[in-house]
Amino acid sequence: MTAELYGIAASDGIAIAKTYRLESPSLEFDKKTIEDPEMEIARLQSALAVSETELELIKEQAEKRVGPKEAAIFGAHLMVLSDPELIGPITEKIKIESVNAEYALQEVSDMFMEIFASMDNEYMQERAADIKDVRNRVLAHLLGVKIPDPGLISEKVILLAEDLTPSDTVQFNPEFIQGFVTEIGGRTSHSAILARTLEIPAVVGVKKLMKTLNDGALLIIDGIEGKIIADPTTEQLKEYEQRQKQFAAEKIELASLKDAPSRSADGFEVELGANIGSPKDVTSALENGAEAIGLFRTEFLYMGRDSFPTEEQQFEIYSEVLNRMGSKPTVVRTMDIGGDKELSYMDLPKEMNPFLGLRAIRLSLDMPDLFRTQLRALIRASVHGNLKIMFPMIATLEEFRQAKQLFLEEQEKLRTEGISFNENIEVGIMVEIPSTAVMADVFAKEVDFFSIGTNDLIQYTMAADRMNENVAHLYQPFNPAILRMVKMVIDAAHKEGKWAGMCGEMAGEELAVPILLAMGLDEFSMSATSILKTRSLISNLSKSEMESHIDSILSLATAEDVKQYMGQLITEKSQ
Amino acid sequence: MIEKQFTITDEAGMHARPASALVGSISKFKSDIQLEFNGKKVNLKSILGVMSLGISSGSVVTISADGEDEAEAMEKIEEAMKAEGISNQ
Repeated sequence: MTAELYGIAASDGIAIAKTYRLESPSLEFDKKTIEDPEMEIARLQSALAVSETELELIKEQAEKRVGPKEAAIFGAHLMVLSDPELIGPITEKIKIESVNAEYALQEVSDMFMEIFASMDNEYMQERAADIKDVRNRVLAHLLGVKIPDPGLISEKVILLAEDLTPSDTVQFNPEFIQGFVTEIGGRTSHSAILARTLEIPAVVGVKKLMKTLNDGALLIIDGIEGKIIADPTTEQLKEYEQRQKQFAAEKIELASLKDAPSRSADGFEVELGANIGSPKDVTSALENGAEAIGLFRTEFLYMGRDSFPTEEQQFEIYSEVLNRMGSKPTVVRTMDIGGDKELSYMDLPKEMNPFLGLRAIRLSLDMPDLFRTQLRALIRASVHGNLKIMFPMIATLEEFRQAKQLFLEEQEKLRTEGISFNENIEVGIMVEIPSTAVMADVFAKEVDFFSIGTNDLIQYTMAADRMNENVAHLYQPFNPAILRMVKMVIDAAHKEGKWAGMCGEMAGEELAVPILLAMGLDEFSMSATSILKTRSLISNLSKSEMESHIDSILSLATAEDVKQYMGQLITEKSQ
Repeated sequence: MIEKQFTITDEAGMHARPASALVGSISKFKSDIQLEFNGKKVNLKSILGVMSLGISSGSVVTISADGEDEAEAMEKIEEAMKAEGISNQ
């Protein structure tokens, strides 16, 4: 039966494909007494054999896609799968106690998991998770339920999930993933950002999604309207195939703006940059006409692995990005880990309030060796392009000074070692904490630039978690409080002859761009796919005309008022 | 049966990566191969067995091989111990 569901439009585009439910099945079972142990052992053997074939395939795919190092984990899983100390006792238990294979497997693997989990060594503790992974795979085969492996997807599908985590997304082959639909999340959640990077449609925040949709159903996803249609009628299919074509045509039209300057109708030029999360995003940035990388998130370097990345590994990745961007500025944000971005190999205390805890620059200053490694790799890579460095989550001037001091010390060390680097690397900060926005005039004397991180600035200013659906309405980019703060930061930068950029989602929003242009924002950094649309928008705006509205806008009372004012302005203009 | 003692010199002890390489390198031998540490004996062909001992740096372990290809097996073990940096003595 046809079903229509609505959510938040998180990434543009239209896709039509079968659904793929990404969820963990129930692995519950009962302990049973069995009659024929030999048959039970044969059942176990065949579950082991299927698991082995699957793991071999996953390993092979992971090697191709992410490299042999990341794939090594699956090699370890394979070894556990054929381990005599695991399989021996399980078959023994089936024989002696006449219990079902599920129960025997659970008992023996639990014993090993306990041994590892109780070891006084974090690395060993994690091996318990490996055993659990393998155990669950075999258990699923014994029970005849499917364990989804996003890495094994080999046909075009739309992924359905409660939520997608960054580690889930490492496994996908983007070639086959036509779109995402998730039950939780907003426009700035991981899955939304990833979808925009991959240029596939996404609808997030669809309530009761997993309860409503089956695996393998035909689905239309409309990432423009934030709508999905399961088991569409023939007419609906026709209509959406048409819209899909139209969307593709518009995309081609925008592509003609790729090498055009980002200039307003009255001749004012700004810089439009892309936010990227890994070197592979550079391709999409350049294809979409990015004039800079306004935000290179370095967290991916630390994720999906079992130890910290070395200086050399980091150096190679930074150099690659800088090389590909050539003389175009590349702003690298130092690691923003901790909080909600946990690392398996790092023993961080559980946070009551991850967004207010030990993360980003706080963690970097708390673990200076780790931070120094990143700084050294960056400074060395500076010879390959136009590098600028920025620190995330700066709340006080002392934090900036300390971080800058470490940067200078690493430069000095490299100088002594005779290693060449660019002596004029700009060092700036993210403005995403209200205290820093308020003190922007003081910061401006010491930093080389500001980059306003609106995603966090808004949630810290409004005290509203953007991921929490119940308070999402308080996440208001157009609240005059935010706009005034943004203006303060831009003005403070200009007063000291520095530049100000913005690397939050707001920088690419249709109603926000005219305001930011009027405020004199120098650099707009956004998802690569928003760049051309923004360039087209700016080319139709007059900065001086917009400036005449700024005072009126800033004196409005509510976010709704601002949106209404802007909406009207745009309608008037297009008439 | 042949027996040999090894002192673990890897600073991190016998951790997963080298241990899996060691276990992997002997899986094809027919001999029964055991590792003894702290009075506990485990099958050296079992990664879980070896790792569950939590062998730290400086420990002395005794490895025994019993079977038709015991000599080749022991040779391979010594080679892997050195190559993987688990023990150089």
